[in-house]
Amino acid sequence: MTKIDFNDYMNQPNMKPIQVMNEKGEIVNQDLFPDLTDDQLVDLFKKMLWERILNERSTKLNRQGRLGFYAPTAGEEASEMGSSYAMEKEDFLLPAYRDIPQLIQHGFPLDRAFLWSIGHYMGGQIPDDVQATTPQIVVASATVQTAGVALGLKKKKSPTVAYTYTGDGGTSEGDFYEGINFAGEFKVPALFFVQNNGYAISVPRRKQTAAQTLAQKGVAVGIPGIQVDGMDALAVYTVAKAAREWAVAGNGPVLIETLTYRYGPHTLSGDDPKRYRTADEEEEWRKKDPLIRFRTYLDHKGLWNEDMEKNWEEAVNKEIDAAMEKAESAPQQKVSDFYKLSYSEIPESIQAKIDECEKEGK
Amino acid sequence: MAQLTMIKAINQALDQELKRDPKVLVFGEDVGKNGGVFRATDGLQADVGEDQVFDTPLAESGIAGLAAGLAYEGFRPVPEIQFFGFLYEAMDEIVGQIAREYYRTGGTKKMPITIRSAFGGGVHTPEMHSDSLEGIVGQVPGLRVVIPGSPYDAKGLLISSIRSDDPVVFLEHMKLYRSMREEVPEQEYTLPLDKADIKREGTDITLISYGYMVQECLKAADELDKEGINAEVVDLRTVSPLDEKTILESVKKTGKVAIVQEAQNMAGVGNQVASLIAEKAILSLDAPVARVSAPDTVYAFSEAEERWLPTKDDIVAKAKEIVNF
Repeated sequence: MTKIDFNDYMNQPNMKPIQVMNEKGEIVNQDLFPDLTDDQLVDLFKKMLWERILNERSTKLNRQGRLGFYAPTAGEEASEMGSSYAMEKEDFLLPAYRDIPQLIQHGFPLDRAFLWSIGHYMGGQIPDDVQATTPQIVVASATVQTAGVALGLKKKKSPTVAYTYTGDGGTSEGDFYEGINFAGEFKVPALFFVQNNGYAISVPRRKQTAAQTLAQKGVAVGIPGIQVDGMDALAVYTVAKAAREWAVAGNGPVLIETLTYRYGPHTLSGDDPKRYRTADEEEEWRKKDPLIRFRTYLDHKGLWNEDMEKNWEEAVNKEIDAAMEKAESAPQQKVSDFYKLSYSEIPESIQAKIDECEKEGK
Repeated sequence: MAQLTMIKAINQALDQELKRDPKVLVFGEDVGKNGGVFRATDGLQADVGEDQVFDTPLAESGIAGLAAGLAYEGFRPVPEIQFFGFLYEAMDEIVGQIAREYYRTGGTKKMPITIRSAFGGGVHTPEMHSDSLEGIVGQVPGLRVVIPGSPYDAKGLLISSIRSDDPVVFLEHMKLYRSMREEVPEQEYTLPLDKADIKREGTDITLISYGYMVQECLKAADELDKEGINAEVVDLRTVSPLDEKTILESVKKTGKVAIVQEAQNMAGVGNQVASLIAEKAILSLDAPVARVSAPDTVYAFSEAEERWLPTKDDIVAKAKEIVNF
């Protein structure tokens, strides 16, 4: 049953952000508590912990020179896992570069995600049974594509939705507006997540727009916009699940702004957050940590303990080790591979270049 | 066989492909009820329905992004960018996204998209509505850039483009839409997307061109013929990838070449053809490679358009210069 009526958010999105569980792990809105079993609650928490560990390990692997481009995700686990937990296998995901955890949860193999970071074409190979694109690098380019995917789903009368993510800075892009406007006009099943982590690299949210919230941008295109506590996995899940139901029922897209924070730098390619934000601010957000509050809640319910945490950490680390080993065994790329990947039907002149490369062993 | 204008040939190709394959979708600004500002999509919506032929909001990046998204879902989108001067609005989706997708996904996601657009000049439009930007997209790996030079070619090349699993930028010269008629078979037919076409055989000089300038080259060849110069006219048809074989064979046969394009010279298609000839056929030449093009300025204000665009007379003069070198 849908617990949120998105009609309420159609023209007045600047209502209080949805929260279910507060910073202390207390349930503050029982009405919006999600329909999840105890096992599912634990499962969701494990995914968040998995994401935190993956972030730590990826950061180390990057520092060791074993991984390439990486955008840290610590702090955003509730926003990312809470939303993707509402996603069905057949839903189509268009992630951005900070959304690799959702992509992996959607079925994309971890070793390929590592290869993507290393910079290998095999890291972009989407398995047939995974409905997704590779992580989008150009900010908000996926927003317009999401309208297209969702229009395709609607034409096929598929009971699924297109999921996409961008950040607070992404909402300033023309493509963001074009995408949500197309989706609204075509009334297609699309969920637009804006993970508002406060900064677009260094530029703070307040310098992106005079709009009071990012969710209110939905008003201009006639779609509901809703804010949610992005450090509260239960709230994010509840909103995502309800939005998915709303979209699948043929009511059109929803814009969801999750209020979150990234603890780390923008990427590991030289960004230093000390240049643009204070330690006090970081400390304030750490108090809202999505894992701490969820762990406290589960602990009180007797659903989680230190042993379980330790065992899970070990399992995740093993998974990461195995995936990294597999990624590192990928064959070295050749120039001829790149020619072959330029066209699916190879033109005569390109074939000549492939032959030339192969003759020279390139 | 019916004598058709290029706009009719395009309309027929779209109609036949829409009916042949329900996954083919035609969309863009004004393409629905209005049938497109040039009437290329005239009657299509009434014929196959709004599900397959539909108007979009006015946003070029949105249109191209919509095509990418629909391609992910297994459709065969044929979006229209109303005038190619608005390419810049859609540059990221076409060049940054669609063109790179097959490569980026290691061959797992195809983009069977045909982006149709009106281009070229000579029809007195406001600014940005006339230009020859094929060089910009011709530089992009992963895109095929197809430019028909006649109604017959337009139909066959458009059908091939729609059926291709690779993204195609299909450029329709505005001056060709209604300025000539040609026999166009009613039934469907395809033309290869990596082959140039010899529009007229000759022995004394090769004129290499594409788009509307092919017609100017043919007129020039007629005039040269009267003066005893037998010109061969090669229509590139696909400016990317280039059909190197046909170009080189013709140049080796005649030993003289003039490359004719309506676009400005700088970093354009003609330069690529010239360097190809320099690399692989220079010893067959007995005169320098000649080029006929528009001046390297911003597209002319329309009052000066006729004086700015290359013409048959420019081609004749350049050809004589080379033949008499």
